[in-house]
Amino acid sequence: MRQDALSGGFADPPREAALVFRAALDAMSRPGRIVQVTGARGPAPLSPAAAALMLTCCDAETPLFLAPGHDGPALRRWVAFHLGCPLVPRGEAHFALGTWEALGPLDAFPVGTPDYPDRSATLIVERDGLSASGTRLTGPGIDGAAHLDLPDPAALAANAARFPLGVDLFLTAGDRLAALPRSTRLEVS
Amino acid sequence: MYVAVKGGERAIDNAHRWLAEERRGDAEVPELGVAQIREQMSLAVNRVMAEGSLYDPDLAALAIKQARGDLIEAIFLVRAYRTTLPRIGASEPVDTGAMACDRRISATFKDAPGGQVLGPTFDYTHRLLDFALAAEDVPPPEPAATAQASGTPMPRITATLGRDGLIQQEPASDETPTDMTRTPMEFPADRALRLQALARGDEGFVLGMAYSTQRGYGRNHPFVGELRIGTVAVEMELPELGFAVEIGEIVVTECETVNQFAGSRTEPAQFTRGYGLSFGQTERKAISMALVDRALRWQELGEEDTGAPAQDAEFVLAHADNIQATGFLEHIKLPHYVDFQSELELVRRLRREAEAAAGPARQEAAE
Amino acid sequence: MRDLQDDDARSGAGYNFAYLDEQTKRMIRRALLKAVAIPGYQVPFASREMPMPYGWGTGGVQVTAACLTPDDTLKVIDQGADDTTNAVSIRRFFARMAGVATTERTTEATVIQTRHRVPETPLRDGQILVYQVPIPEPLRFLEPRETETRRMHALEEYGLMHVKLYEDIARHGHIATSYAYPVKVEGRYVMDPSPIPKFDNPKLETAALQLFGAGREQRIYAIPPHTRVVSLDFEDHPFEATKADAACALCGATDSYLDEVVTDDTGGRMFVCSDTDYCATRREASETGDSA
Repeated sequence: MRQDALSGGFADPPREAALVFRAALDAMSRPGRIVQVTGARGPAPLSPAAAALMLTCCDAETPLFLAPGHDGPALRRWVAFHLGCPLVPRGEAHFALGTWEALGPLDAFPVGTPDYPDRSATLIVERDGLSASGTRLTGPGIDGAAHLDLPDPAALAANAARFPLGVDLFLTAGDRLAALPRSTRLEVS
Repeated sequence: MYVAVKGGERAIDNAHRWLAEERRGDAEVPELGVAQIREQMSLAVNRVMAEGSLYDPDLAALAIKQARGDLIEAIFLVRAYRTTLPRIGASEPVDTGAMACDRRISATFKDAPGGQVLGPTFDYTHRLLDFALAAEDVPPPEPAATAQASGTPMPRITATLGRDGLIQQEPASDETPTDMTRTPMEFPADRALRLQALARGDEGFVLGMAYSTQRGYGRNHPFVGELRIGTVAVEMELPELGFAVEIGEIVVTECETVNQFAGSRTEPAQFTRGYGLSFGQTERKAISMALVDRALRWQELGEEDTGAPAQDAEFVLAHADNIQATGFLEHIKLPHYVDFQSELELVRRLRREAEAAAGPARQEAAE
Repeated sequence: MRDLQDDDARSGAGYNFAYLDEQTKRMIRRALLKAVAIPGYQVPFASREMPMPYGWGTGGVQVTAACLTPDDTLKVIDQGADDTTNAVSIRRFFARMAGVATTERTTEATVIQTRHRVPETPLRDGQILVYQVPIPEPLRFLEPRETETRRMHALEEYGLMHVKLYEDIARHGHIATSYAYPVKVEGRYVMDPSPIPKFDNPKLETAALQLFGAGREQRIYAIPPHTRVVSLDFEDHPFEATKADAACALCGATDSYLDEVVTDDTGGRMFVCSDTDYCATRREASETGDSA
């Protein structure tokens, strides 16, 4: 177990984190695009993509919510060793990690304030797979339309309707990730 | 044929070489050592440490040498270096009450426990150029009697007032203040944040603001309750040990002003305070800081907003930093020809249209 | 660090990849992700003191440093040109501190840091344009208080801006803003595109990602690719992207923004492309102007 907590970080943090960030930035600026990120791994059920993303974005300055299913001694030790994030309940989280079901209703997370809409949570939603099909997406970052298989389009459409408030999502599966910022409009059939 | 101006790289290299030459000056004159600056230009060193927000006399002296004596440039060098340093932790608050004072004066009481200690001050010197200093082999002066040799305790003047309830008490707090170098400035700013900004603010700016309050723009009737300069211990709690240990000592200047009283029918009258603290012997700065701090507290003390610049936290805090100010001021030296060109086009167009409109009218008038 | 030798300083040894420490980069990266998620909104960030002065591109430099990967090819321009002194200085900084490849070719660059211009060559997917921003707040010259302008953005209260533009029309017959011309991003936030000439405003709608960094003012904002960017105007006074009514004396281009060069003291002047790469590429393809 100890071994797990200490391993799985980047071998060359400045360079690897830079590559992961660029992939994440690419995903966030082009909703629906699926990118690959490598170089990190953590204890199950953490996906390599989520591990890489967290190593790149999270630290002692970013309170983290671990959803049931992800929250556990092994992952807590990994987070404590590699990130140093304070673990907090949903309502105080800057970042949240878990499956869609375990994360629960989006309303529970900070959505920012009219003065500071950036003070909102970023959710890392662990998925079984990612596919560029399904819900039709339009808006900033999208040339015409894009498609992404999303867990609950109606809830996400409601999140988008609150713009400029709202949460932003990364969706992770294996070593791949996609993003869904609050600015993306969803076509719910 | 027209060839556009090129060779930016070479121009920069040449400028740097020339700068290095000018820095050294006449090679016949012995080069200035960093230790000489540290020891003999210590007030410049102190200012660089205070506004550079980094207590390191050697680095400050090096920065002054490198900056050819331009103190704002030296402060800039220190600040840029400071941001690259890892943060190991935060010290405990320093206890200025336990300061080993070189200088301690009060303008509010003729005498007080610990006494009035002038220390190394320019205050009562006659500002006459001392031509004897021009000769460079002057023997070092006789050592002066140091005031606090026996470690006489120097209780705070404001504590005397506080015992009788004559001065407002500051609420104690164990809250960690926001670090303005790690968090973007946000308004309204609390007092801890305002004091940080003033402590690293430009001495000239803070002085000007303080002076304006004395002349009536946000007047707050200050007395120097106490000004003390001396050495304080810096302690840090080590997690491994579970208690604080002394990691070094620093010289600081602290000023507490006693200001106009507040009170009402229900609350008895009390004096109020302004506070200034800065690295090194920097008393002009510390006193200025205390006056401006006091002016910025108008809301908390139930005073009127008279519209004075020194009462306006957003104005004072946004403009106190000389590194921000210098950079932005001097950036207008950079090429702006793209913007200027678009203004030029616009002005030409407006003039053309005005002339076209005026033309027929002029013609009519001539007929 | 204190024993850093001059050779080390020149090579960037002793400093982290792309100069900033990892914690600082994470902070900037988080701000960038939020900026992209809320197009046109200015995200506060804890800007660091950089080894170049405020006002000289510290915001852009921090954004570039947080974005660069070892695989990038960096281009830096100031006033459209790669060889202006500040562009040279910033390019050298990153060549030394990140060891990245540099280029003067717009088409070869993956990251372009700019001051005051958008390149003439259309940008593509995969490119990032980083703007240096002096005053990020478009409402600042109408209302100097941050507390007030923040409220105006929150309430989407942009009447003051329209009044200002309309007063221009009343006085001059035209909107008298010729650079840093305000835009509305995706129908929500009014944004300052940095002091680019208004000629460049239409290029703000692009396939590239645009990031804006204001170091002294501690703000980061973004325009994602394919985002609607509308220059503020009025029905009876539509926005016009203007430039000098001339062709480039070197390459003959009539579609590029031109610098006016004074050639003598008797009123002689000529016009040349402000975008030096655009002009050079055209001349290599043997397009010539009157003076070449």
